[in-house]
Amino acid sequence: MEAVIRYKPAARDPEAEVIRRDLLLKGGYGMIKDVRSGKSLRMIVEASSPEEAKQIVERACNELRIFNPVAHTLEVRVWEKSA
Amino acid sequence: MGEIRVAVLQFPGTNCDYDVYHALARVLGVHTELIWHTLFRGDRYDAVILPGGFSYGDYLRAGAIAAHSPAMDQVREMAKEGKPVLGICNGFQILTEAELLPGSLLPNDHLRFICKWVRIRVETTRTAFSNQCQKGQVLHIPIAHNEGRFFVDDRTLKELVENEQVVFRYVDERGEPTPEANPNGSVSNIAGVCNLEGNVVGLMPHPERASEPILSPFNSNDGLLIFFSMLNYISRKT
Repeated sequence: MEAVIRYKPAARDPEAEVIRRDLLLKGGYGMIKDVRSGKSLRMIVEASSPEEAKQIVERACNELRIFNPVAHTLEVRVWEKSA
Repeated sequence: MGEIRVAVLQFPGTNCDYDVYHALARVLGVHTELIWHTLFRGDRYDAVILPGGFSYGDYLRAGAIAAHSPAMDQVREMAKEGKPVLGICNGFQILTEAELLPGSLLPNDHLRFICKWVRIRVETTRTAFSNQCQKGQVLHIPIAHNEGRFFVDDRTLKELVENEQVVFRYVDERGEPTPEANPNGSVSNIAGVCNLEGNVVGLMPHPERASEPILSPFNSNDGLLIFFSMLNYISRKT
């Protein structure tokens, strides 16, 4: 599973602002209109289905404040191991 | 009333504990104990201070791991009993992560560690740590942090202002909370907040580093006002 933690839209994301302003715009990628940085946690979960694994990770992230609901959003998804 | 007893909590990575101890025990002569977090019992103390540092290496987020220490149940109980609880810098971050204080402290907007003297204005004197100040008084106190950008959404900010929970704001030499005086991008220049009751306060500046004139380029000891307020609050309550 992958838990992706990002700033809420209302919170400024200075790292992403610098990536866009000083790399993307200067490098000719003005068509990339918005960037948000985040933190990705990869977790291997024992569960009977991907849905159950997702629920477990979401519950853990909420119960233990792995993300800070004041400032962050959480997105949990199945991490597809690519070749 | 008996002798006032103050605890200074130590987590792995705390590094401002001895400075707080020095300000309280040696400068003010208060009975102060440094307590390792797993040994902490709140019922033995009249107040607790969570000092600055890098608890648990700031892993995950500053203060996020320490907020789960069993000591925080004791701190929560003290807060509920109305005892003074102060979080300085990393201690402030821990108190927000433990949801004892509103808001969150995000990386500075310029993404650099910042260490300098700032001016903070006292916004309310109703708290356990500002009652010996004057409303509007400007204090010289240094900051030293990487994650000091106080963040709340607009609705919560409105509530904090209405409930008089904004305790300190970064201000310029005229005492105004201008963008230039904001060292880290904090919402509304906020440097410190309190809980609804006013007995739990957190601030990013370090009052213990502004407790003796020899420490200050302004020859001041403004930080002591915060500790005097705590002592006054305890004396009035007991």
